[in-house]
Amino acid sequence: MAQTDPALSILSQAGDISTVTTPTIEKETQGEEELDLPWQVVVHNDPVNLMTYVSMVFQRVFGYPREKAERHMLEVHHKGRSILWSGMRERAELYVQQLHGYLLLATLEKVG
Amino acid sequence: MFSNCTAIFCWPLSKKSADMEICRHQDQIEISELDPFLAELLRQIPASTNPDGSPTAEDRLFSSPVGQGGGDLGAEWKLYVKPELRRLFRSATETVSADLEQLNGKEKPFANRTLRIPTEHADAWLNALNQARLVIAAKYGFTESELCDHYRSPIGSRRDLSLFQINFYGFLQEFILRELGWSVDPGD
Repeated sequence: MAQTDPALSILSQAGDISTVTTPTIEKETQGEEELDLPWQVVVHNDPVNLMTYVSMVFQRVFGYPREKAERHMLEVHHKGRSILWSGMRERAELYVQQLHGYLLLATLEKVG
Repeated sequence: MFSNCTAIFCWPLSKKSADMEICRHQDQIEISELDPFLAELLRQIPASTNPDGSPTAEDRLFSSPVGQGGGDLGAEWKLYVKPELRRLFRSATETVSADLEQLNGKEKPFANRTLRIPTEHADAWLNALNQARLVIAAKYGFTESELCDHYRSPIGSRRDLSLFQINFYGFLQEFILRELGWSVDPGD
């Protein structure tokens, strides 16, 4: 015997499902900041910082495994920059601050 | 317990094989056979981290965090983050300065010295050495090719000495990183 979906059961007690009206979407009032568009953490090349040091920093700050950290380090070395992380602004700012604490050239950029 | 890692720093193009030895004990890094010249270079680390008088060096230590479309982060950064970074850098330099007091003993003026760095101070040393290298490089405007020339010799000018200083500090950084297990795979 087929069991009744508990969720449907609750809905049927509250009233006919077909009578549920489509919710009205209020006009968006959030600003760009609140929408929190993706941001990216970019590290730029610097001829003074040692490769080993940069790789260590990537592992410590982002928790990346050694191979991934070295891949980013080499990308910075060869291409001049590498995007280390993308996501919400607040966290990206924290990462940039940590990278500056290690004296890397890091910037916060908006995606796109 | 000793690790099996021992490094020897040689003067550029020198026939002398062992000016300085550096090795790791369990909880400290020992730099021995430090001649007066290298000991003086180490003593210069705290002073070398000071960017005063060089806007280029100041800009390098406190570089802009704002990339494309970074918005108003610059103003917030100056107000809140920059003082925190300054405090962090000063704290690292003070730790290094305290360790360097060992070099101010009452040994004979030209005797070789030994410096012992507790491994718990390794991060402070990495930071202070990096500050010093960045400030010196910014003050003298060294090019990438100059920075990669590890065999430049002899030391004939203040500029040459500064490049040697950057390389010497880099050597110490590499050793500390290796001893902490952060070495990069040489195959890369």
